[in-house]
Amino acid sequence: MARRAGALIAAGLAFLTLGPVGIVMMQAGEGALSSADYAALRFTVLQAALSALLSVACAAPLARALARRRFPGRGVLIAALGAPFLLPVLVAVLGLLAIFGRAGVVNGALRGLALPEVSIFGLGGVLLAHVFLNMPLATRMILQGWQAIPAERLRLAQSLGFRPADHWRHIERPMLRDVVPGALLAVFAICLSSFAVVLVLGGGPSATTIELAIYQAVRFEFDLPRAAMLALLQVTVCGGAVAVAAWMTAPGGFGAGLDRALELHPPRGWRRLADAGVILLAAAFLAGPLVAVLLRGLPGLMALPHAVWPALMTSLLVAVLAAPLAVGSALALALGRAQGTRWLEPAAMLPMAGSQLVLGTGLFLMIFPFASPAAVAVPVTVLVTAIMALPFAYRMLAPEARALVADYGRLAGSLNLRGMAALRLLVIPRLRRPLGFSLGLTAALAVGDLGVIALFATEDGATLPLVISRLMGSYRMTQAAGAALLLVICAFGLFWICDRWGRGGTED
Amino acid sequence: MAELRIEQLVLQQDDFRLTADWSAPAGRRIAVIGPSGAGKSTLLNALAGFFPAASGRVLWDGQDISRLAPGDRPLSMLFQDQNLFPHLTVAQNIGLGLDPSLRRVDAARVEAVMARVGLSGLGGRKPAQLSGGQQSRVALARALLRSRPILLLDEPFAALGPALKAEMLALVAETTADALVLMVTHDPGDARQFADETVLVAEGLVHPPRDTAALFADPPPALAAYLGRA
Repeated sequence: MARRAGALIAAGLAFLTLGPVGIVMMQAGEGALSSADYAALRFTVLQAALSALLSVACAAPLARALARRRFPGRGVLIAALGAPFLLPVLVAVLGLLAIFGRAGVVNGALRGLALPEVSIFGLGGVLLAHVFLNMPLATRMILQGWQAIPAERLRLAQSLGFRPADHWRHIERPMLRDVVPGALLAVFAICLSSFAVVLVLGGGPSATTIELAIYQAVRFEFDLPRAAMLALLQVTVCGGAVAVAAWMTAPGGFGAGLDRALELHPPRGWRRLADAGVILLAAAFLAGPLVAVLLRGLPGLMALPHAVWPALMTSLLVAVLAAPLAVGSALALALGRAQGTRWLEPAAMLPMAGSQLVLGTGLFLMIFPFASPAAVAVPVTVLVTAIMALPFAYRMLAPEARALVADYGRLAGSLNLRGMAALRLLVIPRLRRPLGFSLGLTAALAVGDLGVIALFATEDGATLPLVISRLMGSYRMTQAAGAALLLVICAFGLFWICDRWGRGGTED
Repeated sequence: MAELRIEQLVLQQDDFRLTADWSAPAGRRIAVIGPSGAGKSTLLNALAGFFPAASGRVLWDGQDISRLAPGDRPLSMLFQDQNLFPHLTVAQNIGLGLDPSLRRVDAARVEAVMARVGLSGLGGRKPAQLSGGQQSRVALARALLRSRPILLLDEPFAALGPALKAEMLALVAETTADALVLMVTHDPGDARQFADETVLVAEGLVHPPRDTAALFADPPPALAAYLGRA
C-alpha cells in the first residue's frame, strides 16, 4: 500500500519538479546570458561560500562552549538555536535592519563616537543575515558532533592528563574534520537559493543572486527566455551542490560508547572567560534583532494597514494546505522506502536540486499561455511550498519509518493490517511525534516564506511576507515590524499547535 | 485430512542455502530443532511469506499458498518478539485477529478468548502493563481468534522462565488441538514435552519430520553433534 502510494507520489513529484525544469530547458534555448548574469552566478557562489565559512567559523567556538560548560539557561539557549529555522526570513532581516541599519542601534553608537558608519546593504549585509539565519543550524550540527564523542574517550583523555592542546589535537580536531564539511555544505546549499535576504539587502549589479535575477527577469523585464536560462543555471549550481553533499558521507571515527555520564572537567582560567564571552556574544547577536522586532512591532500592531488581514488569511491557507501535503507525501515516500523501494529516496531528494523560483519560473511558463499567473498564485504557492518542504519532512520521517517497519512490519503483514487501517492503527499512533514536529516545521516554513508568490501575485492574492516586503520597500518600517510580529506569532503558533498534537499521543 | 506440503523448497541468501521437501497433516505438533544459524527461523519466515523462496512451492490442502500475501495465508505466526502493538490495548491487540481495521470486532468473542487463555479483566491494559507471560497469552489469544489451520511459533516463549514456558506450551497444546503447529526451539526438553514429531534443520537441509522419541533415542550425526553426544 505505502509502496504503491509512494511510487505514485514519487512519479507526481518527478513530474512536478522535472516538468518545470524541462519547460525551462526548452525555453532557455532562445535566451542568452549577459555579463550581468555571470556576475549573478559569481555572486551566488561567493556569498554562499562565505556565508558557509562565516557561519561555521562562528558556530564552532559556540558549540564548544555549549558542549563543555554547564550554566543556568543552557538548555533554553540550545532549544532557542532551533528557532531561527522557524523564523520567517523577512522578520530576521527586519530585526537586523533595526540593529545594523542606517538608523539602527550600531550606527547610532558609531555616530556618537564619531566613527564611520557601516552599511548593511550589499555583500556584507547578505552575509550578516545568512550568518544570523544559519549559524544556529551549524552550531547544532557541530554540537551534535561534540556530544557524540563517547564519554569513554573523554575519561581516557582525563586519565592521561590531556591538556587543552592535547585535547584539541587528539579529540576535537578529528571530530571537527568529520562534522564541519557537512555543516559547510548544508549552509552553502541553503544560501545558494537565498531569495528574500538578497531581495531586501542585496540587489544592484554587485549583489544579485541568480534567484533574484530570475525574479527580476520575470517581474520587471518580462524576459521569460532569460529567466529560463537563469533557472537552468540555478538548477546546475544547486544540483551540483546536492550531488557533492550526497557523495560526501561523514565517516564516524570515534567508535561506539556506552554513554556513561561523566563529570566534565572543562579548562579553567582565561578559557572559561572566553567561553562565557562567546556564549554571551552569540546570545546577544541572536536575540538582539528579535527583541528589536518585538519593540518596533508592538506599536505597529496597533496601526496595521488593511492589506495585512487578507494576506494573513492567504498565508494561513497556504500553510494549512501545504504542510499536510508535504508531510503526507513525505510519509508515503518514507514508508515505501522503508519497505524496500530504494529509488524513492533519491526521488524525495529531487526538489533539493531546484529552488522556489526555478519551479516557479517553469510553472509560470506552463501556465502563462493559458491563464493569468495572478489567478493561480495561491495554488502554485501551495504546490511549490509543499514540494520544497518535502525533502526536509522526508529526512525527519525516514529513520522513524524505517524503525516502524523493522519493528512491526512483519506483525502487521501477518495480521493483514494494511491500507487506511494500518495508517490509523499503526502508522499515525507510532509516528505521531515526528509527524507533529515535521508538520509544525513545514507549516511555519510555509506561512513565513517569501518565494514563488513574488513571481505570481498582484496587489491582491499576496501573502503576509509579500505584504511585509512591500511595506519595507516603501519604508513603512513600523507597520512592517507590526506585520512581522504577527507573522512570527503565526509561524511559532502553527509550529506549537502541530508539535503539541505530536506530543499528545498516549504512552506505551 | 488437510496437509501442509513443502515441495522442493529452496531458500537462498548469499552463501546460505536451505532445502526442504516433506509434508505434515493437520493436528500434528512438530518441533523444529537444530543449531543456531541453520535456518529454523528462515524456514518459518518462508512459510509465513516473509522470506521469498528461490524455488519450490508450499501447499495447504492442495492449494499453492506460496504466492499469497502473509496475511492471506492459512496460518498465524508468533514471533520471537514484537508480537504486540505497544500503543494498543490488550483487547485491541486481540481484536486485530478478528478485523484488522478494528471496526467490526465482536467484543464478546474477544472476552471469551481472553478467558480461555486466563486474561479475563485485563482487556483495557497496555502491553507494557503486563508480565512477559501475560504478553505471550495476548499473542496466543489473537492467534486463537484468527483460527487459522497452521500455527508457527518462532520461539515466542524463549524469554520466559522454564515453568512459565512449560505452562504456555501446555496452553498451546490444549487450545490448538486441530491445528498444525510448527515450533522452533533449541531445547530438546520442549520438543519432548510438546511435539509428536520433530524436524531437524542442519547442514542446509530440513529433514522430514520423525517421531520425537525415536529421533532422540537414535539421533543422526548432525543432531548428535548438536546435542553434544557425538
